[in-house]
Amino acid sequence: MTIYDTLQGMAETEHDRQAQFENEMWVCLASGCASQNADQLADRLADLVKEQELEEKVNVKCVGCMGLCATGPHVTVKPAGQHYSEVRPEDAEALVEAAKTGEPYEPLYEPEYSQFFDRQTRIVLENAGSVDPESLEDYLVHDGYKALNIALTEMSPDEIIQEITNSGLRGRGGGGYPTGLKWSTVAKAESDTKYVICNADEGDPGAFMDRSVLESDPYRILEGMTIAAFAVGASKGHIYVRAEYPLAIDRLNKAIRRAKRENLLGNEILGTPFNFSIEIRLGAGAFVCGEETALIASIEGKRGQPRPRPPYPADYGLWGEPTLINNVETLANIAPIIRNGSDWYASFGTESSKGTKVFALTGQVNNTGLIEVPMGITLREIVYDIGGGAPDGRAVKAVQTGGPSGGCIPEHMLDLPVDFESLREVGSMMGSGGMIVMDDTASMLEVARFFMEFSMTESCGKCIPCRVGTKQMYDLLGRIESGVGTYRDLQLLRELCDVTQHTSLCGLGQSAPNPVLSTLHFFEDEYLSLLTDVEAAAD
Amino acid sequence: MPVRSRVKTFTMDGQDVSGHESETILEIARQNDIDIPTLCQLDGLSIIGACRLCLVEVVGWNKLVPACATYVEEGMEVVTNSERLQNYRRMIIEMLFAEGNHVCSVCVSNGNCSLQYLATKLGMDYVRYPYLNPDRTVDMSHERFVMDHNRCILCTRCVRVCDEIEGAHTWDVEGRGYKSHLITDLDIPWGDSRTCTSCGKCMNVCPTGAIVEKGKPAGEMIKRREFLGYLTKMRGVNNNE
Amino acid sequence: MTYYSGIEIEQGNVSRINEEIMSKYSVPLPSDDKRWRIVQGTMRRNGFRPDALIETLHTVQESFGFLDEEALLFVSDALNVAPSQVYGVATFYHFFQLKPAGDHVCSVCTGTACYIKGGRELLTHLREEYNVEPDETTPDGRLSMTTVRCIGACGLAPAVVIDGEVAGRLTTEMLSERLNAVLAEEEAAL
Repeated sequence: MTIYDTLQGMAETEHDRQAQFENEMWVCLASGCASQNADQLADRLADLVKEQELEEKVNVKCVGCMGLCATGPHVTVKPAGQHYSEVRPEDAEALVEAAKTGEPYEPLYEPEYSQFFDRQTRIVLENAGSVDPESLEDYLVHDGYKALNIALTEMSPDEIIQEITNSGLRGRGGGGYPTGLKWSTVAKAESDTKYVICNADEGDPGAFMDRSVLESDPYRILEGMTIAAFAVGASKGHIYVRAEYPLAIDRLNKAIRRAKRENLLGNEILGTPFNFSIEIRLGAGAFVCGEETALIASIEGKRGQPRPRPPYPADYGLWGEPTLINNVETLANIAPIIRNGSDWYASFGTESSKGTKVFALTGQVNNTGLIEVPMGITLREIVYDIGGGAPDGRAVKAVQTGGPSGGCIPEHMLDLPVDFESLREVGSMMGSGGMIVMDDTASMLEVARFFMEFSMTESCGKCIPCRVGTKQMYDLLGRIESGVGTYRDLQLLRELCDVTQHTSLCGLGQSAPNPVLSTLHFFEDEYLSLLTDVEAAAD
Repeated sequence: MPVRSRVKTFTMDGQDVSGHESETILEIARQNDIDIPTLCQLDGLSIIGACRLCLVEVVGWNKLVPACATYVEEGMEVVTNSERLQNYRRMIIEMLFAEGNHVCSVCVSNGNCSLQYLATKLGMDYVRYPYLNPDRTVDMSHERFVMDHNRCILCTRCVRVCDEIEGAHTWDVEGRGYKSHLITDLDIPWGDSRTCTSCGKCMNVCPTGAIVEKGKPAGEMIKRREFLGYLTKMRGVNNNE
Repeated sequence: MTYYSGIEIEQGNVSRINEEIMSKYSVPLPSDDKRWRIVQGTMRRNGFRPDALIETLHTVQESFGFLDEEALLFVSDALNVAPSQVYGVATFYHFFQLKPAGDHVCSVCTGTACYIKGGRELLTHLREEYNVEPDETTPDGRLSMTTVRCIGACGLAPAVVIDGEVAGRLTTEMLSERLNAVLAEEEAAL
């Protein structure tokens, strides 16, 4: 019997155990809900089930993020599919009663809840909100480690890379670099030691996709990394995760320990000659460490400052060895691609951007939360059909994507399809997946200044254009906003955008002017109306 | 199997040049008397590509590349001095002048300063950006040298020479972004440093009047950098490997 | 891979290493305080390699709440990293605190979603009502205010973290209520 057979046995046992329950109560225990006392709620539910001797009928299961973080804590009762939001520990009794009788508990019942999901396609988040993130068994029930078994026993590294290339998957960290190409570059690099790094230093202020995935489905990341390591010939991996995400770190640590015990990490994985180990490294609050070379410097224990590329990490990375760096969401796509084939994956999305994208939909929008949509969906569908438009009947003014590196897209352009190229063409970018909706009360100048303040304080200070340019642009935006700016200030601002964009060392500086450039492009009037010498602008 | 050529031929400002694959655009430019301005780069110290003054255009490449950190390639067409590059270089120098408190007329390094020299050469006659007038200090605690943070441009040559050549690593940079500044040890007065050997290398590699010798009058504060080439050769140091 | 005295040290696998060899790399602990042993444990797990600097600083901060001069010099000594480099790293990362915090800490999220939904009003409120600036502590040492770059609770915007507990969807009144409750707890105990 192989190790994988044993695992399948575990999956079957778990499956049978779950099947015996008449009802399941899924309680979200991701950070958003946990901060609203969801853990107490889960304890209370479990106690009640015990008290009423329902242990054999009702299963209280802790699951990952369900998506609608603004209205937590969330509970879903299965198989009825009743969904409840804003559940307090004191509501536990009523919910247990509802589960028993099958009659929904009206005060908290959200019959419309499914609409939020109707327009979504969940690949990365397929397990989020339904699988217990701390249970390997539950992951196995949901096809967990099937892909790793296929990769290690039926495929060669070249075939895996070919499969990823054919899927059309592109890096989800922001740049959209083809993942298959990145893998083949590292595979080609000659060295006895290679590294795989999972970039979980989610720095975009207003995005929490990576945190949710790590909290909701940690094994998926380990599986994706292990497949990647086998494909490129790496024996060591690091997950570089923000120290601000304690729950994600805790769940990853637990998953790593368990995976090691079950021969899913460590030496001779699944009984094959392949060895791979994963270690967690903590980030310490520096946005620039999302940049690959800065991230490497940080793992090496140094100040997280980027260095000129080339050489690229694929060639000269951690400790000077070839290094593959992939973002959390990218790695979360690997197992499904190997499991279901590249054709299946490529059937989602557009010609140049395949698959799905996870967004953190926030700002002035009715349904804030985490969504996963197929590439090519329009912004309008996201904002109105999924997000439910702006609250209080206000008009949507613009949507900001790409965080501090992206731009603002005005309302009249919301029919734009969401893919890497379309967003770039309008001066924004996909970014890691922050999507902020702004209503007609928002000042575009203020938004630009907010992001410039961010880039200014996050600039590492190594290269001059980024260090000084962001500070100068921030000051100029402040002058204009407070009504003392002149047309000359605006000209200087444009000039600084140009020099910072084209001469900065890394992506942070090169893209720092984007929020200014895009608001200047689409909302120039807002800038001009604040100048002291508007007349000069007319000339 | 075809034989791999290690010598690359290409053009620089229209001129045919050649270089070994281990040489950078900057090295080949200097061999051919083509002047590319630099500030953070100094022969003998590691390359960091931070000042962005040596950025050049390569025809067909979509980004500007730092000449100091880019190896030569066969057939590349390098442009070192286009109007666009001149503009960017002038703006970068302007940014530096606006960032610190650089007043040449009262500086001991007046006449012997790389920043001043580049400003003159690049035709920067005045600074259009608002002066930031930061509140910076002067550290006079060392017995032989002075650190005037007002004149520091954060090129980190002192940090590198102290770490890479002297081996003391007395200097480093605190903080980040426009708030970053140089420190000795745990941000203590230089004179109290446990690690400083008072060798003066940092003073000699400093391009401006930020680190100077005490008691030297203006005009005589000349930095001597010959030791760098000598020491790197004698010690066989290669900081870029 | 690092070699000490010809013995290969692999990260996460240092249990194989002879304690005797390791002890050569140990410097004396600054005091009897047990927390130094925890700090040393992190360094030991990483083979006392210089690249364990950030991990070690995390442990110091977790154990002592902030990084003081004594801790920085100890870490510098034990990992063979120059004091200036330790200081450079400690100040580069926003997460590390070089000053002790007040009795209570209120961190305001300044992520985009929070900012748009009223985070800036919360900041102004703290400044005006509690007389405290970001990264500062009130003169009586009762309350520290910090800002964080997105705690990933964007669904709960605007959010603050009070003594480790996330409080979401706050108005200035609710913030005052929460803070006053926390500040009053202690007074009652006195």
